[in-house]
Amino acid sequence: MLDGLTWDLVALQLFTGLALGAVYVLLAVGLSLIFGMLTVVNFAHGAFYLVGAYVGYEVLTLGGSFWLSLAVVPAAVGLLGLAVERVLIRPLYGRSVDDPLLLTFGLGYVITELVRIAFGKSGLPFDTPDALQGAADIGIGFFPLYRLFVMAVTAAVLLALWVALERTRFGLIIRAGARDPVIVRVLGVDVATVWLAVFGIGTAIAGLAGLMAAPLQGVAPEMGSTILAEAFVVTVVGGMGSLAGAVAAGLVVGVVVSMTSLVAPEMAKVSIFALMAVVLLVRPQGFFGRAGLMSG
Amino acid sequence: MAVSSILARPAAAVTSPWLLAAVRHRFLLAAAALLLMPALVPFTALATSILVYGLYAVGFNLMFGYLGALSFGHAALFGAGAYGCGIVLASLGWPWWLALAAGTASGFAMAAALGTIAIRARGIYFSMVTLALAQCVYYAFYQAAGVTGGENGLMLPALGRIRVAGLALDGDAPLTRYYIVAAFVILALFALSRILASPFGAALEAVRENEARARASGYDVAATRLLAFALSGAFCGLAGALQALQLSIVPIETLSIDTSGLAVMMCLLGGAGTYFGPFVGAAAFLLLEASVSVWTVHWQLAVGAVFVACVLFFRRGLWGSVVAWVGR
Amino acid sequence: MVDEAASDAVGRRAVLTAAAGALAFAATPFGVRSARAQERPIRIGFPTPLTGPYGAEAQNQVAAAQLAVAQFNEAGGLAGRQAELLVRDDKLNPGEAATRTLELIESEKVDFIVGGLSASVQLAVNNITRERKVLFNSISQSDVINEAKDFSRYTFHEALNPHMTAGAVGRYAFGRFGKRVVYLTADYAYGHEMVRGFQAVGDAMGVMTLADISHPIGTTDFSTLMPRIQALKPDILCLCNFGRDQQIAVKQAADFGLKRNIKIITPILVHTARVAGGPAAFEGVVGGTSYYWGLESTIPTAKSFNDAFRQRNGGRVPTDYGSMAYGGVRSVLAAVKAAGTADTERVVDALQALRYDFYKGPEYYRACDHQAVQSVFIITSKSKDMASPEDVFSVLSTEAPDELHLRSCAELGHA
Repeated sequence: MLDGLTWDLVALQLFTGLALGAVYVLLAVGLSLIFGMLTVVNFAHGAFYLVGAYVGYEVLTLGGSFWLSLAVVPAAVGLLGLAVERVLIRPLYGRSVDDPLLLTFGLGYVITELVRIAFGKSGLPFDTPDALQGAADIGIGFFPLYRLFVMAVTAAVLLALWVALERTRFGLIIRAGARDPVIVRVLGVDVATVWLAVFGIGTAIAGLAGLMAAPLQGVAPEMGSTILAEAFVVTVVGGMGSLAGAVAAGLVVGVVVSMTSLVAPEMAKVSIFALMAVVLLVRPQGFFGRAGLMSG
Repeated sequence: MAVSSILARPAAAVTSPWLLAAVRHRFLLAAAALLLMPALVPFTALATSILVYGLYAVGFNLMFGYLGALSFGHAALFGAGAYGCGIVLASLGWPWWLALAAGTASGFAMAAALGTIAIRARGIYFSMVTLALAQCVYYAFYQAAGVTGGENGLMLPALGRIRVAGLALDGDAPLTRYYIVAAFVILALFALSRILASPFGAALEAVRENEARARASGYDVAATRLLAFALSGAFCGLAGALQALQLSIVPIETLSIDTSGLAVMMCLLGGAGTYFGPFVGAAAFLLLEASVSVWTVHWQLAVGAVFVACVLFFRRGLWGSVVAWVGR
Repeated sequence: MVDEAASDAVGRRAVLTAAAGALAFAATPFGVRSARAQERPIRIGFPTPLTGPYGAEAQNQVAAAQLAVAQFNEAGGLAGRQAELLVRDDKLNPGEAATRTLELIESEKVDFIVGGLSASVQLAVNNITRERKVLFNSISQSDVINEAKDFSRYTFHEALNPHMTAGAVGRYAFGRFGKRVVYLTADYAYGHEMVRGFQAVGDAMGVMTLADISHPIGTTDFSTLMPRIQALKPDILCLCNFGRDQQIAVKQAADFGLKRNIKIITPILVHTARVAGGPAAFEGVVGGTSYYWGLESTIPTAKSFNDAFRQRNGGRVPTDYGSMAYGGVRSVLAAVKAAGTADTERVVDALQALRYDFYKGPEYYRACDHQAVQSVFIITSKSKDMASPEDVFSVLSTEAPDELHLRSCAELGHA
């Protein structure tokens, strides 16, 4: 099974895992941001990811470039997110925490089916942009240029988020709100607008993640639901609501999948959920989650 | 607590003597409704599906409606029952009624095992943990293809000629099979009404309404939650076992995340925390799906939209609304 | 509903005693159905996954199956008796397929069932039809139901199977592209059947299996498997997976530069997967198929099938899966005509004796397992000179029908 195993191969495998983890991070960060601030478990996250991929496809079909879609997709999906928060989620604040979860669960069905109606039931091709085709020598072997680009985009998004959260007034409110929403409201901050914005940002990142995935796998209506469970695993392992946790868990999950693929590839998917079970047994709140948060 | 007071059992505020009588005899009324169902539904296989999924939603409702814990992993319990029944039937050749018992026990055991891990988590974490554990179960059963059939599913012999109380029945005649399934579902409903009326039922309600107060009142909260989960597993296990008998196959999809979602949808549609709501929810869901899918392949749009509308405007669900309206 | 229970008086009486009132009520709205005329149409149940990832294939299947029924009716039916198709959505879920099949048999009283796209769905349908002695012609490209333990007199299999397609592709490719092979296999029975099909041919040709790497079905990222495949330096990468799995694997193998010195082959190159993957990713990939519309330049029945299909479907062409649905329905109706009755036992006899050429050249059902013996076409993906969006493959070679290319009856467990 493992003949021909060299250190270069192991190193390349590790790197592949980190690159895969970058996609997970991008997905989990949006999910965690929305949960941390709004305590909304967004079961429609996969659907926003799906919409992102299809908006990117549409931009290309209309003659736009991949680079244009890098701007259009987050804007369009973010707008959709704003509308969803304003019309569907906002009436649920103050009700049971299960309600937004249940609503977004149904919403995921609706969005996915609308995509099927608009774009058809079978998958559509999405070619890697010309400038990012081919593989680059990273010292331990050749690695697709596009996957390096995805890692860079993830890093850029994280940097932007860090700056926004740590260096702006808006970020201060969000951090305070994540710690104690009641106090923030008492202090007279317009929480409603902040929550709206957070939901928009979270969904915009989900859309961007979908766009990033499109050249890797093409677009298909099923892509959102398959990724959803994995995104939740990453979020829960990292600690729900923790951005640092989402980053750490995303990379760990990527590496675990990659290393499992090397020794027992058919177990790659189980490994994700087994990891989660183990982490939760040892540390029920995940890597960076706070115990007692969301206890009902 | 996770579930607000609108989900409280409607029996509490009832004044009309008719309604009081109806609530007292809700088991008999429910049983009568199930016995009449084949006359009201387009075809018998659909009626049997409503029974099976209704019972599955009843099991889910015990956790969600009565205890206030939203599980997204109930497919593992339903699937454990289906496979438990299927494996003893296909590989060990046990009689069908013993296989049903094995399915119920499997559901109970699976719930006890998963519950030991999951029950420590609260609120949203509980939903997430049950989801992940159910995924683990899915892959474990998928990999154990030698016993479970893996992707191809587990094929079972048809029920064929069976003997019940000295009578020879054709288990493959649709209506006969319906009433065999109905008999077990009604038995389960009877068990449910006994459980809810017992001190344990009161403990459930106490834990849902205020965990801290329940603990202070001397209830063992952890044991209550675990027992509720295990009992929920027994109901779902029986439902899964009946499903296996009805379809003569246990597909791996039985354990999928979609099956978990189905319980949530049906329970919410019918009315969480109501006695008969899960059956109304199952019937509404399956009839909606069957009728919409006749004129469009995009039936999921309608199902999703109805679900969203239910959460937004109709949180009591169909049956819950009826009960609340009558009880005014 | 109730009338079939009447044939089983004992069962019915027992139920009546158990729930007399309920049943009396139940009987009223449905009892009226019993007086059904002898001249009712011949009904064919057709479960197919209209929703889910193979919805496009399913739609093409429905159109092709309806064409077969229409042609039968236009030709006068069975002495004036018409046929009709009852389409049901199986959602690619065996449980749903089983429920729908029960409905088709018990409520709709179908005479025959044709359909089943995935291996597990056809098994679920077959498990019900064989107990109830209903003829089922499967169009899933897996032949597990032909094995003795699942087979029955009422089980037919019109589609190809992994042993035939993988065998044909192996015979074509191993001599041409090299003997060092890595398999990338979807981890389920169907994927492993494909590997066995290749290895049955490869062993005789001195082919060396470097690795058989299984991946979970539904994998969307194959990147973690690529470094290992590269390190093994094979001549050929055999993709023993299907649908979206195959499409993503092909694309990511191309991204990792595998195609520079490795030839990618696959037992089944599906029309819609190629369309979804795009010409660039699939360029040069070689695979097998049961049908490609472009065969019309060499096969006369393919031409007439395509023309009839185009005429009814706005100029669109039938896909590989569509053609199987056409063949499956048309052969059953041809057997009905040959038998002069819709009686199941006599139609089964007629179908066993049938020699037909409806869309892809001559075919017949092998006696021991009812597998359709038919030709396999080796195709490759086009990336240039495409005349239309549907012009995606070119045909490299044709392997003529031959029982020697099937698993033997003894191997399948038939006496």
